[in-house]
Amino acid sequence: MTRRVTAFAALLLLAALLVFDQATADLNPYRAPPLLALGSGVAASGGFCGALPD
Amino acid sequence: MVEAVALPASGRPAQRGLIVLAGLAAVFAVALFAGARFGLLLAIGLGFGIALEGLRFGFAGPWRAMILRRDPSGILAQLLAIALVSVVAFPLLAARPGEIAGAAAPIGWAMVGGAFVFGAAMQVVLGCGSGTLVNAGSGNPVGLLALPFFAIGSFLGAYGLVWWTGLGALPILTLGGGSGLALTLALLAAVAVGLLLLAAPGTRRVPRRLVFAALAIAALAIANLVVAGQPWGVVYGLGLWAAKGAVALGADLSASSFWSAPGNAALLGQSVLTDVTSLTNIGIIAGAFLVAAWRSGGLSQPLPSLPARAWIATIVAGLLLGYSSRLAFGCNVGAFFSGISTGSLHGWVWFAAAFAGSVLGVRLRPMLGLEARA
Repeated sequence: MTRRVTAFAALLLLAALLVFDQATADLNPYRAPPLLALGSGVAASGGFCGALPD
Repeated sequence: MVEAVALPASGRPAQRGLIVLAGLAAVFAVALFAGARFGLLLAIGLGFGIALEGLRFGFAGPWRAMILRRDPSGILAQLLAIALVSVVAFPLLAARPGEIAGAAAPIGWAMVGGAFVFGAAMQVVLGCGSGTLVNAGSGNPVGLLALPFFAIGSFLGAYGLVWWTGLGALPILTLGGGSGLALTLALLAAVAVGLLLLAAPGTRRVPRRLVFAALAIAALAIANLVVAGQPWGVVYGLGLWAAKGAVALGADLSASSFWSAPGNAALLGQSVLTDVTSLTNIGIIAGAFLVAAWRSGGLSQPLPSLPARAWIATIVAGLLLGYSSRLAFGCNVGAFFSGISTGSLHGWVWFAAAFAGSVLGVRLRPMLGLEARA
């Protein structure tokens, strides 16, 4: 068996994640933030591993 | 047994064209359906994956090389990349507070212990936060097995994070402004000098490949900061994936002060294609896959023959990587790379504790049967 199998398994995992995600949440590009945070005037609010709960 | 079949030379340009097309199509689709910023973040993630796998830039491997062979070249490249990012990040943080946020986190008992455990676990599987993603994407079975348990561990670590920080933590300490940048660069230079003094003869140079990699990683990390308003991270996204899975299975996360906090609860209800670290994580896995598929023979390597205890160790190490990185407020990316480059002192403490853990980890790895036999 070669890495071809496991690499495609990784892609399948990603695909499964995205299918599950789309079944549980909707996308709306019209609610998207500005292209760049820099200069947008909007406070950064994304999840980050260093952040404590609000 | 599956035999690797080499593609004839005439087929490779077409295959490589398809690889490029697939990457561009994914970015375009996310931009179209989720928003332009999110498409750009996926592109940045793909860039990280391509640079990390294509130029063989990593974190766990270079630390192992320093510990076992006193070869500092890989860590020197990491320090170069961090320095380059800090030169841009410090002025941005000073000029645009709020709009641009650093990787600031408190130093505490759990943070130090978490970093130590993370350092040990990353040497056991020879994959850190970004390394586990790259390894999984390029078909490394150890990385592939560790990844889902990394995500579960990250979710569980975040679940109890507030209890752990209650054991004792300092206020968030950061360096900032021109003096903070000067001190950060001086500390990075001091570490580099220390490594060069400890280095074995003939290892006191950084290969050109790693210099290019450091430049590429730094450019992408700066792009991440400018586009997302926050530094490059890995662990949050993985925990979010597991948390969404737990909710779908009926788990009630209201007892967790972390997952029930307004910001995190909101992200649980949104698509991962609108979460910064999820997008770059997906990009890293896919980017590493694209490089492995692009390379001649990249996917035809045989899988290693490992004993059962190695696979069990991989599962346990994966869980520990995720759990400990939450207590440590990040992994090699969120705490070490982004913490130091945006002025958080926890990044420096993380570096020292995780390196000490790595010394233990490199000794555990062969005992756990993870030195490949084939």
